[in-house]
Amino acid sequence: MTPLTSPSRLLTRHLGYNVTFRQRFLNPVTSLPKQTQRKFTSVTAPDQAAAVTTQTLVTPSPESLGFEETSVKKVRRPIYLDMQATTPVDPRVLDAMLPYLTQHYGNPHSRTHAYGWEAEKAVEQARTHVAELIGADPKEIVFTSGATESNNISVKGVARFYKSSKKHIITTQIARLIDLNAFAESIRPDTSLVSIMTVNNEIGVTQPVEEIGRICRSKKIFFHTDAAQAVGKIPVDVNKMNIDLMSISGHKIYGPKGIGALYVRRKPRVRLEALQSGGGQERGLRSGTVPTPLVVGLGEACRIAKEEMQYDSERVKKLSQRLIDGIMSKVQHIVRNGDPNASYPGCVNLSFAYIEGESLLMALKDIALSSGSACTSASLEPSYVLRALGAEDDMAHSSIRFGIGRFTTEREIDLVVDRVVRHVDKLREMSPLWEMVQEGIDLKSIQWSQH
Amino acid sequence: MSVTPSRTQVLQIYRSLLKASKNFSNYNFRDYAYRKTRDSFHQHKNETRPDKITELVKKAEHELNVVKRQGYLNSLYAVDRLIVEDLEGKEATRVRGEN
Repeated sequence: MTPLTSPSRLLTRHLGYNVTFRQRFLNPVTSLPKQTQRKFTSVTAPDQAAAVTTQTLVTPSPESLGFEETSVKKVRRPIYLDMQATTPVDPRVLDAMLPYLTQHYGNPHSRTHAYGWEAEKAVEQARTHVAELIGADPKEIVFTSGATESNNISVKGVARFYKSSKKHIITTQIARLIDLNAFAESIRPDTSLVSIMTVNNEIGVTQPVEEIGRICRSKKIFFHTDAAQAVGKIPVDVNKMNIDLMSISGHKIYGPKGIGALYVRRKPRVRLEALQSGGGQERGLRSGTVPTPLVVGLGEACRIAKEEMQYDSERVKKLSQRLIDGIMSKVQHIVRNGDPNASYPGCVNLSFAYIEGESLLMALKDIALSSGSACTSASLEPSYVLRALGAEDDMAHSSIRFGIGRFTTEREIDLVVDRVVRHVDKLREMSPLWEMVQEGIDLKSIQWSQH
Repeated sequence: MSVTPSRTQVLQIYRSLLKASKNFSNYNFRDYAYRKTRDSFHQHKNETRPDKITELVKKAEHELNVVKRQGYLNSLYAVDRLIVEDLEGKEATRVRGEN
């Protein structure tokens, strides 16, 4: 027994151990190994006179680090179900990127040495992967910082290049399916560009891109589509869909943030005015050194997406159905927003009647979610929920978006169903509207007092 | 010409991949790596063409290296567990049985 050294040594060791594993670090002193506790008592034994000097040193006080008397609740991270906002970087993507963040740091535009050549080779390889995913030629791909920049280059670039002759641009923010007749009527002789999202990020509605592309091509108008939510998730072919310009984002397809791509058709050629001037990289359309590691990451993300599109989409569809069936079978008065036949299954947007969306979002603190935005209300128009609510229709607009992705599991979905069902029931019990509905009162018959 | 990998070799790499996939500290990556390995091997379990087997094994070897590296890297940056992981093990057999 060496009480002089061993208790303090054990204490130090234990602290070191605790710092690594936060969970144990937060546990009270009672959870210390028996051996450690025994050695503390041996320090205070009367025959160990020498130990008295160290006694104060090693006796844990309530203030000492790691020895709080109160038990702290275990920290648990919420599960992530917001894949439309961003996706985690696939480990395979990170694995492809790391060599270019460590050893191969050359500038891809350096022509005089091996560092530059190997970086350039990697960039061109990535360009090929991006092009293959959308059925394009590698020469038609321009790397940008993301879909926002790609959108800016497309819309402003085309508008500025053709400003002398064509001054009209058609764009839409609506989440509903576009009415093709109304769309064709909105085209003018001086229309230069049509810009429409392939898949809406709020309710996941997929637009009839192919038909829109055909109309645009027949009228010789350039067609731009923001496909950030679509590429890698649903099949996209720029030739089949008659797309002239397309925005792609890295971080929506399990790639890194801060990288994206723009597809610019060469035949028939789309002329653009560059927004950023400088060294003339990327055919002068986007000056600035191409970030090799990010580009390699985007390329790898596209390669994986192409290879595993069927596997991923089957799984996402299955999980999506599990979520919808799970919630719908246990709770009434829920509406799925968006056309179920023209929606990406990985984006499930639900409206819960008689509940405020924000309060449900707050209650579901175990799940990282996002609320559907205001424009979803348009798609709710024919729903019985809205009609039932009559004047108070803004209540029904509170919707929640569930984003399912490659790494979502069955167990996560089951937990979400359990939590949603539990909290919806609880919140409805508190709602006076719900009480009235239960009593059979027609909400439409109520005369709401003005204030 | 390379020799077609034997059944034992294929099973060996399959087991190594399943084992390595458990190194991910991140629950979602761990689950995916395990599931993807199992699904990919099962998908090709009736493959008889020697050149195809050689190609798939080569791919699996590459995957194994990636999973080994990334699983380790991931464990170095471990954070708190997910809320759903408390149920892991308890329900694992049930969930797997459904697939």
